[in-house]
This record gives sequence, structure tokens and C-alpha cells, in this order.
Amino acid sequence: MSAPELPLSLRTNPRLDRWVRFDGDGKVAVFSGKVELGQGIVTAMAQIAAEELGVEPAQLAIVAGDTTAAPDEWYTAGSQSIEVGGASMRRACAEVRTLFVEAAAAELEVAPGDLEVRAGVIGVPGTDLKRSYWELARKVSLARDYSGRPVWPHKAGRLGLVGTSAPRRDLPAKLGGAAYVHDMTLPGMVHARVLRPPAYGARLVALDEAVLRAAPGVVAVVRSGDFLAVAAEREEQAVAALEVARRAARWETPPMPEQTETVRFLMGLPARPSKVFFKGTAATSGTRRFEAMYSRPYLAHASVGPSCALAVAEADRIRIWSHTQGPHMLRGQIAKALGLPDTAVEVMHRDGAGCYGHNGADDVAFDAAVVARACGRPVMLQWTRADELRWAPFGSAMAVKIAADVDSGGRIVGWKHELWSHTHVKRPGRGEGIELLAAWHMDPPVPVPPAADLPLPAGGGDRNAVPIYDFPHQEVVYHFLPEMPLRVSALRSLGAFANVFAIESMMDEIAGGLGVDPLELRLRHLADERGRDVLRAAARAAGAKRPGTGRGMGFARYKNLSAYCAVMAEVEIAQKLRVRRVIAAVDAGLVVNPDGLRNQVEGGIVQAASWTLKEQVRWTREGIALHGWEDYPILGFDEAPDIEVVIVERPEAPSLGAGECAAGPTAAAIANALYDGLGVRARHLPLTLERIAAAMD
Amino acid sequence: MSESFTLRVNGRTRVVKAERSVPLVYVLRNDLGLKGTRLGCGTGHCGACTVLYDGNAVQSCDTPLWAAQGHEITTIEGLGSAERPHPLQRAFLEEQAAQCGYCIDGIIVSAAALLTRKARPTRDEIAAALGRHLCRCGTHARILRAIERAAREMAR
Repeated sequence: MSAPELPLSLRTNPRLDRWVRFDGDGKVAVFSGKVELGQGIVTAMAQIAAEELGVEPAQLAIVAGDTTAAPDEWYTAGSQSIEVGGASMRRACAEVRTLFVEAAAAELEVAPGDLEVRAGVIGVPGTDLKRSYWELARKVSLARDYSGRPVWPHKAGRLGLVGTSAPRRDLPAKLGGAAYVHDMTLPGMVHARVLRPPAYGARLVALDEAVLRAAPGVVAVVRSGDFLAVAAEREEQAVAALEVARRAARWETPPMPEQTETVRFLMGLPARPSKVFFKGTAATSGTRRFEAMYSRPYLAHASVGPSCALAVAEADRIRIWSHTQGPHMLRGQIAKALGLPDTAVEVMHRDGAGCYGHNGADDVAFDAAVVARACGRPVMLQWTRADELRWAPFGSAMAVKIAADVDSGGRIVGWKHELWSHTHVKRPGRGEGIELLAAWHMDPPVPVPPAADLPLPAGGGDRNAVPIYDFPHQEVVYHFLPEMPLRVSALRSLGAFANVFAIESMMDEIAGGLGVDPLELRLRHLADERGRDVLRAAARAAGAKRPGTGRGMGFARYKNLSAYCAVMAEVEIAQKLRVRRVIAAVDAGLVVNPDGLRNQVEGGIVQAASWTLKEQVRWTREGIALHGWEDYPILGFDEAPDIEVVIVERPEAPSLGAGECAAGPTAAAIANALYDGLGVRARHLPLTLERIAAAMD
Repeated sequence: MSESFTLRVNGRTRVVKAERSVPLVYVLRNDLGLKGTRLGCGTGHCGACTVLYDGNAVQSCDTPLWAAQGHEITTIEGLGSAERPHPLQRAFLEEQAAQCGYCIDGIIVSAAALLTRKARPTRDEIAAALGRHLCRCGTHARILRAIERAAREMAR
């Protein structure tokens, strides 16, 4: 194995003891930079490590996301945890096992190939020749770099820990008590809240600090520029003090641009167009052109638990417990913002409520650090529901225009995809500058860093803008919008959601125009065998259409690099558009935990259905108009579809990231089902009755 | 002004000192250490803080402390624990009916109230009973299945 082929996390964290440590009394600890976000990664990572080491799952403890112990794996994002983090863990553990097998072979005077590793014991089967990891641990140093040496395979082949639906390791605690960073307590801990400005760019021009300090239980008022926080002995006192602060503060607020329909709003912003993909020739032999514009609005993360962090400022270091996606990145950002060396900040990941991208987790961690430094006591700081909806970054709005040329034989010969959007990633630590909300508000303020999107092939706004189909001419133009009237960053699947929605809607529009079955049109243009299998598997599982329903499909390979996913949706239209049933077929290569994969795909489908049917960030000239759940409804239990997920087995193929693969296909499947059922082509999300009616005209 | 309140929580008598109007969720979490009652919105819209109030599901962020006095309060911890799970907790584990899990404890509490009222609810009745709960991870289908499973097992 040559170095450039190594998975990234292992390349940058080559020391084996960064990944594995044998503790006394028969326990092994493994360390991962990929953190639990509700997606089950800690369970999957433990399965991979136990399989490779040859230990029982109960013998293994896993530490994930800790700047004092775990490898720096940037962010837990982009469906990369199994692909990159899991591959790194697997290689590191296999090499550790090999080192121990060779040490055992030397001591036992047998050939390494005769040894089997089970439950942490390395021995010759059927004899009493054996050594445990723990007996050998003092003689085998892991303070060495990964070498890529040939590994001794498990004598009995795979142990079967990978590929089984191991139950989630974190769930028993979560179903009945303290389990989240929100639930931690420390002696002397105070509770804090931040009074966020009423709108972007608002300046705090007057504050009656005395009245705020006099509020019951208040132990600290922290003001710097336009940043204002209060800490109180009791949580409800902090909440009450926030209301006092609201009355004691006077702001000057610049107006927001008026909200208009998504396409119009985005087209009104200055654009920097660039051709990001080109294949074939400009001239096509098309005889018929299909052209349409699609859009999605700004979307909110809207996690059920508001962002939260616990911080302790000590003499020489700040310790922060956070549900961040990138503990090391956050550490660097907080150190930079406070003018401290990285070594003076420690970030320990603790689970939070569901994370679907760059939400308020990092911002609240910095808020807590600032308040902890000011008040000298441990600080638990939680955002309010309104702050969570108004101040966390939104998923960027998008407009997509597709022009497709079809020849006389019914083949799509030309495809031009244009998109208008902002960046889809403004994560702290990714570029230069500081991406922490409070740092932009404090005195002196640091500038909001300029936006730069992720490039193809993974892409940001242009993620999945290149169709997977074999069109001889393809062109993608990204009209990048550097101005961001709303704060935006990464939301699950980035641009793939709108791009796949548009591409797969257009495929059905063309199929309808040509009078061809939508599945047949897709297969006609798709050489990728794995993609074809997934499409056919979904159609097969869906069976015959039920009377009174509309049915549609959507398909993509996430990023054109990760999991394949085909979705069939069945809808009914009565008082509103209701998604009744969704069938998905997924090829994610070797599946570490099939039930975990199903759970992720099911969740992705429901979340995408919610985006598609209901969601849209609203604002007025006065600011973001999201004050509570009543302003941002999401899919409820009485609207939940039945879901069936079919896994197309590819155990011989490398594992592919799957956590985001269902989003775009689901949106397209719903829109296509609406067309099938009602004959209405709705191209602008969300598909509310109002918009469906507008599309009828 | 702080006052003393005598509460019945999970079958035990507990005395707490706090303002009478304090939402119960803060008292449960911070005074009594019952962290399974989660703070989600604080305005009675998401259901994460649901507890039983004389057997009925109520949102503890919407329930002032004074109103809890003289009533039987049950939190998720009063239903069962990891060691001795309630049939609902067991069913949720068997169905792996959670992603982040933040909304789940409140949902289990609501489901417990429902199953006391009606041993074998239909799927529509379960969905209606969860009308004041939100799940953002999209675990809806598993949650509904887990409640049906618990109902089956409790009816045995």
C-alpha cells in the first residue's frame, strides 16, 4: 500500500497509539475523530475496530472527538465517516493485530499464519498455545507510525462483527436519563443565555446594565460590542434575565432585503458565473428542447434540542464540552478568537440533539467559553429555540435551470445545468478567518470571512449537478453568489438536494414529453451497472401502483462518488399533498451495520419529505421571522410515510457514505409522484397547496 | 421569591425551593437531577419535556411549579431505567427507534399515557397522541412501530 492511497485520516494521524490502546484488565480503547451525531457512527466504528482487532464488542471502549486523546479527523460531515474514518480505523486496527500476532508467534515459536485471534486472545486453535493482547501489551509498542505492512488475515476469515445490525451503543442511556452535553453538571456551575441581536448587522447602542445586574440570581453580565450574555445561579433565572436584557437593550437595526420568490431573490444578487464542468461538444444533434427552472428556499436545521455547551476557564486552559462536528477545528477557532495557543483550549465531544450540518454547535461553544472566562465559574450555555431557528446558519437557497436536448431517436444528447446559489460550506476552521457568531459581534469585531464553496467532484452548491447519466454533451455553470443576505453554511447533502430534485424532475418531464416510461428513460441513459441495479430494485420493491395514488421516482449516486439511492414515492392529494409510502433501494458497498444504514436512509427520506412539502425560511425587513416552531412547521407524526429500505448487497465493494444519499431522490420522487397523480408539474419548493395551485395555472 | 414546595415525583416525596412560577422542567432537571426530561423549546410546541401529571401527558416547560404540588409527577426515570426498562423503553431499543434520541423520552412518556388509556391503539390513534411531539431526525416510522410493539407486549 503506497502512501497516497491511504485514507486521509490515517495519513494525517499515522501513530498507531492515536487509534488503539490496550488498558489493563482485558479492555481495549479505540479513538476516533468521527463523533456521534445521532447517526450511529460510534456503534459502527466499534464494530469495525472489534472485527479487525479480534475482540468482543464488550471488551472495547470507544472515545470519539476529544482534542486531548482522539485523532484529528476534521469534521464528522459529508457522509465521510465510514468511507474515510472507518477505513482508517480498519487499517490501523489490522496493523495493530498483525504486530501482536507476530509478537505472539515469536514467543510461542509458531508461524503467524497458524494463529487465530478471538476475544483478544491470540492462539493456535485446539492447543493451549496462546497469549492475550494484554499479556503482550508491554512488549509491543504502538508508539510507531502505521507502516502499511502486509497484514495477517483472520485465520477463520471475517469474524462477522462487521455486516451485522449491532444495536446502538449510545441508546440505552438516551432512553431514560442523562446522555447529552445538555445534561452535564459541574460543581459551582451557572446557567447562561445570550441576547442575540434582533437582526443581522444590528448594533447595540444602549444598555441599562444596572437593571440587568440587579435581576434575580444574575452573577455576570458579559457585554462586548454587540455581544451580550447573562449568567445566573439558576437556569430559569438566566431565562428571566434574558427578558430583562431584551427590555434593557436598544438596537439599531439595518433593514433586510425584502423576501421575494426564491428564483427572483437569487437572480437579484450579483453573481460570479463559472463553467465548472464540461463534456462533449457545444453543438448537439437535438431536435427537441426541454427547459425548466427549479428552486428550493433557504432551509433551517431546526434540531429539536437547541445548541448547548459547557465551558470551564482555568488558569492556563479552557475546557469545553460540545456537540461540535469538529472538535479539533473548533479548538483552533476558539484559540484564535481568544488569542490563545491551541494547547490552551481543550474540546471534548459530548452528544447533542440531531445534527444535520453546520448548526449552532460551534457558536454556542464559543459563547460558553467567553462567558466562562468572564465569570470564573463553569458555564452551561444553551441557545433559545428562537436563536436556534434565527441565528444558526441556514442551508443556502438555490435556483437550477436545466436545458436538455433530445434527438429524434429519443436520446438525450445535450444537457446544460445552471445553478444560482451561495456557498454551502462555511465551517469554522475550513478557510481563513473566524467563523464564530459571537466573534463577529464582539469588540473589536472580526470580519465575517468571505465565502468559498467546495469544488467538484464532491462539490458544494454544485454537488451532484453533473448528471450520472451518459449524455454525450454536458455542461454545468455555477452562478456563485458571494453576497449572503442570510447566514448560510452546510445543511445535509448541500447542493445535491436541489440539483438532484431538478435533474430527476427534468428526467420525468422528458419521459412524459416523449411518452416513455420514466424508469426506461433512466436505464436508457445509464451505463453504471450499480445504478441500474438500484433503480430496478426500487421499482421491483414498489410493486404495482395503488389506485388513487400518484407515483414517482428519483435517483442519484450521492456526490457521484458515494452511495447509490433510488427512491419511489406514492402520494395522495386531498386537502394537502400527503406522502403515503416511500421505497428506497440503496447500494452502499460493504454495509457495516444494515439496520444503522436503514435508519439513516429512513431519516433522510422523512427529513427530505419535510423540506419538500413544508419548509421555508421566512423573513421581513425587520429580520428572520422564525421565533418558534409555529413559524417553521416540520413533518408531523400524522404525516409520516410508511418506508421500506432495500439494501442492494455489495459486500465485496468498499463502504460508501450513505447518510445523505436519500435527500435529492426523495424530493424528485415526490414531485414526480405529484405529477403522476395530478398532472401538475411543481418546480419550486416547498410543494404547498398554494404552489401546487400556482403550478396548475 | 423562593418558596418551599413538596412534590411527588416518581413515587417519592421531594422538597424543592424555587419561585412558584418556575416551569417544572427546570426543577426536574436541575434540582432533582432528572435529566431525561429534555428542554426543547420552552413554549410547549415540541414535546421533549413531556411528563405524566396524574397519569396525563403534559409538557413540563408549560407547567409552573405551583401547579405540580399535590399531584403525582412521573418522568421517564420513573417509568424505567437501562437496568429495569419499561416495556416501551424495551420496545424502542428492540426497534432501534431513535437517531439522536433527544425527542424520544418525551415521546415514550406520552405513549405510556396513551397505553394506559387505550391498550391497543391504532396507528392513527398513536400518531394523533404524538400530535404535540416533533422528531427532526425522521424516525417517525420506527417510533410508531415501537409503540405498537410495546402495546402488543403489554397486552399479553
